[in-house]
Amino acid sequence: MRIAVLSGKGGTGKTFVSVNLACAAEQSVYADYDVEEPNGHLFLNPERTVKAPVTVMVPEVDMGQCIRCRRCVDFCKYNALALVQDKVLVFYEVCHSCGGCALFCPAKAIAEKERAIGSIEEGESGNVTVLTGCLNTGEASGIPIIKGLMDKLPKDGDIMIDCPPGSACVAMESIRAADYCVLVAEPTLFGVHNLSMVYDLAKLFKKPFGVVLNKCLPEENPAERFCVEHQIRVLARIPYDEELGRLNSKGRIAAREDKRYRALFERLLEALRKEAVS
Amino acid sequence: MKVVIPVESRSLEAPVCPSFGRTPFFALVDTDGGTHEFLDNEAAASQGGAGIKAAQALADCGAAALITCRCGENAAQVLNAAGVKMFKAQDGSVNDNIAALKDGKLSLLTEIHPGHHNHGGK
Repeated sequence: MRIAVLSGKGGTGKTFVSVNLACAAEQSVYADYDVEEPNGHLFLNPERTVKAPVTVMVPEVDMGQCIRCRRCVDFCKYNALALVQDKVLVFYEVCHSCGGCALFCPAKAIAEKERAIGSIEEGESGNVTVLTGCLNTGEASGIPIIKGLMDKLPKDGDIMIDCPPGSACVAMESIRAADYCVLVAEPTLFGVHNLSMVYDLAKLFKKPFGVVLNKCLPEENPAERFCVEHQIRVLARIPYDEELGRLNSKGRIAAREDKRYRALFERLLEALRKEAVS
Repeated sequence: MKVVIPVESRSLEAPVCPSFGRTPFFALVDTDGGTHEFLDNEAAASQGGAGIKAAQALADCGAAALITCRCGENAAQVLNAAGVKMFKAQDGSVNDNIAALKDGKLSLLTEIHPGHHNHGGK
């Protein structure tokens, strides 16, 4: 069962929910797809880690072979190449690695070379296999790293995907292979706005989904009202609890240290199992 | 000297367009001959790399100088390689800026922004 944990903004509780779900399972995989700021590893502290680079292919132009025909420049939809003063300039961060320039070059002057844009780290934290995607600072797109993580996921078992915040390309790529989406929401109007973004995304991708209401206070919860209005299943309510804040701030995991929360996440996992198969 | 200015509409009295890569038009002014023409900016609709494509077009038309409000780093790299001088535009129309350039009142553009790559967000 592949569970993608989403929210419209950072700080809502995606990592909290996905890390705790992974720990509440007997055996699981936690995959951090938030490649711009992966932080699940801060809680899980994986051991025996192995790190491998993630590379993309980019063009390398041999100016000795180049006949200055401009075919590559004109072909590139992303404008990653320019020809000025008899020299081809390549803008790696704009390149989408389609390989078209090399394919269309009549002089065979363009070869493709690997360029590292980040890494994937794999390790163990008790019952949890931890996969962490990390995009190098300054890189434009985390998509290749998310694809790399996707290839590393086992076929079966409980897999928790900690998605990047928002509903842009990286979030779309993250939920593509998910069986079920968990939308984490805060009890504020701002939270409702963010919830509505990922709600639209899950619907667009025709993924089954439910909501976890986080940081719940005794007063009325606008996010819950949104769920009622849109007939969205509320899977769990996590209270606004100082003890949780204390544990989190120390990098500790509630489901491993606190019986109440262990029980809460076991119930959530059980609910997800039922939801994901139905 | 051929001078290029991003412009909001096909008029020398129109204001300079604040965007370089996604300006709708470029005014191409020959300061020696006193002639001018307007170019459609084909880069404006690009999914990405608009600045690179616009800069390539400027290099191709033999521009010696660009007067612009701002310029991204990728476009600046192309323009520098092509030897196009970049001047910082002042408030006002294309004509105002050409006059200021002739009077030596325009300074070189020194602030190059890191670009608006990816989904317009960053």
